[in-house]
Amino acid sequence: MSFARSAIASTRAAVSRSAGRRAFTSSSSRRSESLFVHRDTDYNNPSIPFEFDAENLKRAHEIIARYPPQYKKAAVMPILDLGQRQNKGWTSISVMNAVAKLLEMPKMRVYEVATFYTMYNREPVAPNFLQLCTTTPCQLGGCGSTKILETIESHLGIHAGQSTKDGKFTLIEVECLGACSNAPMMQVGDDYYEDLTPETTIKILDALAKGEKPQPGPQTGRQTSENSAGLTTLTGKPYGPGAHCLPEFQ
Amino acid sequence: MIHSRSTILRSLPRSLPSSSSSAVRSRSLATVSDPPVRHYGGLKDQDRIFTNLYLKHDHGLKGAQSRGDWHKTKDILLKGDSWIIQTIKDSGLRGRGGAGFPSGLKWSFMNKPGWEKDPRPRYLVVNADEGEPGTCKDREIMRGDPHKLVEGCLVAGRAMNATAAYIYIRGEFYQEASHVQQAIDEAYKAGLIGENACGSGYKFDVYLHRGAGAYICGEETALIESIEGKQGKPRLKPPFPADVGLFGCPSTVANVETVAVAPTIARRGGAWFNSFGRERNSGTKVFCISGHVNNPCVVEEEMSIPLQELLEKHCGGVRGGWSNLKGIIPGGCSVPVINQEVSGKVLMDYDSLKDNGTSLGTGAVIVMDNTTDMIAAIARFAKFYKHESCGQCTPCREGTTWMMNMMDRMVEGRAQEREIDMLLELTKQVEGHTICALGDAAAWPIQGLMKNFRPEVEARLAQFHAKHGQVMFGGHLLSEADQRYALPDNLGGDTTRQIASV
Repeated sequence: MSFARSAIASTRAAVSRSAGRRAFTSSSSRRSESLFVHRDTDYNNPSIPFEFDAENLKRAHEIIARYPPQYKKAAVMPILDLGQRQNKGWTSISVMNAVAKLLEMPKMRVYEVATFYTMYNREPVAPNFLQLCTTTPCQLGGCGSTKILETIESHLGIHAGQSTKDGKFTLIEVECLGACSNAPMMQVGDDYYEDLTPETTIKILDALAKGEKPQPGPQTGRQTSENSAGLTTLTGKPYGPGAHCLPEFQ
Repeated sequence: MIHSRSTILRSLPRSLPSSSSSAVRSRSLATVSDPPVRHYGGLKDQDRIFTNLYLKHDHGLKGAQSRGDWHKTKDILLKGDSWIIQTIKDSGLRGRGGAGFPSGLKWSFMNKPGWEKDPRPRYLVVNADEGEPGTCKDREIMRGDPHKLVEGCLVAGRAMNATAAYIYIRGEFYQEASHVQQAIDEAYKAGLIGENACGSGYKFDVYLHRGAGAYICGEETALIESIEGKQGKPRLKPPFPADVGLFGCPSTVANVETVAVAPTIARRGGAWFNSFGRERNSGTKVFCISGHVNNPCVVEEEMSIPLQELLEKHCGGVRGGWSNLKGIIPGGCSVPVINQEVSGKVLMDYDSLKDNGTSLGTGAVIVMDNTTDMIAAIARFAKFYKHESCGQCTPCREGTTWMMNMMDRMVEGRAQEREIDMLLELTKQVEGHTICALGDAAAWPIQGLMKNFRPEVEARLAQFHAKHGQVMFGGHLLSEADQRYALPDNLGGDTTRQIASV
């Protein structure tokens, strides 16, 4: 009797447990990293005015001149970048519309480009935009990017993808930034900070918080990507014009 | 002289020590001689092309000219297209971007019979969208020797009778882009490029185009799409870019390193360049070493240098010594990983690495020592490819996500052992079924992992199973399965078939 009851009880428990698990959608819906649709908000809607200033307009025309006249739209990427720089580091819908107008192309074609490439931030970012590389070479090299990520997160009290409350820092994880021999590294704005350790990372963050600009490049004292224990190549003076060339080019 | 003496010695086998006597006796015929054993590596500074790789000197025009750039470029241009192409063919230069296609041949595709009658402009497109994880060579070239690149554009452009060159540089490279832009501006000002390039009467323009953060734009047709101001989605080939490329005109896409070495090869001769490295793998190459070595660096070395020597000579060796090595990815993240045993014997060139089931790729060596969680490292690559898939072809778009999810579970061990083979089957279904090679590139690291480190993956699964019991397909625990219903066979919960056990 008691055996039967316990069997029923366990079946019931199984039923109640499985009721949730056997739903039509068994996993929670997850958004992708960034939404590909635009939703009007009070800080990002087409009625917010945006115009290129005179200086950028001049630059824009220089850029357009690099491409064949019938392919004016080839300039969309550099000009979106100009717009983003003028708009405090992010590409609002108004920036995209202004670019479309300038290049005489359908707005949708600009939206396509702006959503495809990761360097166009479609949400506002802080002035100190930290992009930490966490791809495998950075994960392995030096002390490893995982440690740097933890350092930044605990120092600023934010997670990757968030901004600090004081609006000074935005942190994101990015894929390989192409400085693998100087791993781990992060990009702040346009500058690369390489060969990071938790200590130097905090030093950089503190300097940035004070509004200073720390010296970019490797933080360990080496100049670029040479062997840090001393040069193994290119130790002497480089050879001059015509040296070692064929007789006719000497 | 030496040769003849060795022949005499061979004819008198009894006078030699017994250890080598059997080998010698089998070759008693006087006509057979040992092939000369050549050791590769040990390039001298005078044979290095990129003399300002570490930015120790001025990268501007004056500094570049003092290092021999723009020296008698006019004479090279006046030699004409077929001379330049023949020199490049003689040099044996193969594309440095990963595929390793012979450059001279590729450039000659632009000069098909009757090309003069084609009124369209012709373009050289330089691929400086260096995004392959592990690769950081073009960056150093563009920072230190931007004039080599600009001069290379002119020389390569002359060879293919191009009217202009577009350099597509990845958007994150701000310092590099400003150095290249400075070099272009200086070259225009000095009359080295433009209406009358170097006074040769040849008109040639060079433009810089900055990308905006998409790995896929390193694929040649995606790069062309991207310059045209569209999403970087690869095109189907044919038509090949040499027929219909950038702006619908004949174009050729070449890597920064390939283009930048061209003027030096022209000045020093194809035979000089061909004297380095093994046959069909000739030249010098910029290698970039990252990961678990004592001093990671970028270095120009001779092709065919043994991998172990490369690491020990220039990078201070593997952390904790060679015996602490677990695996090496020799050519950027798209190529399969090799284990310690294979790493000890391979030469860094196209053929040797291909023979050992991997590839030279971009020459980006990622070293992993015994502390590395190999499964997590490859799982991170799977995430990278998932992030970078452009979404155009279904096998790649869906497959990369599947591969990432499965790899993430394997890191934890939460998988049925048969899922290893399912994952491999999945990689086979992505590989070769997409427009561009990103699908292949996503598949290969996983295949390499399973080929070389399968016991490690199996051990990880067994460890998890020991703790949590049998795992069904998709990572569901058998203990959490609904016991009211019969479990279908195809869920992997058949415990009578004990596949994964400790």
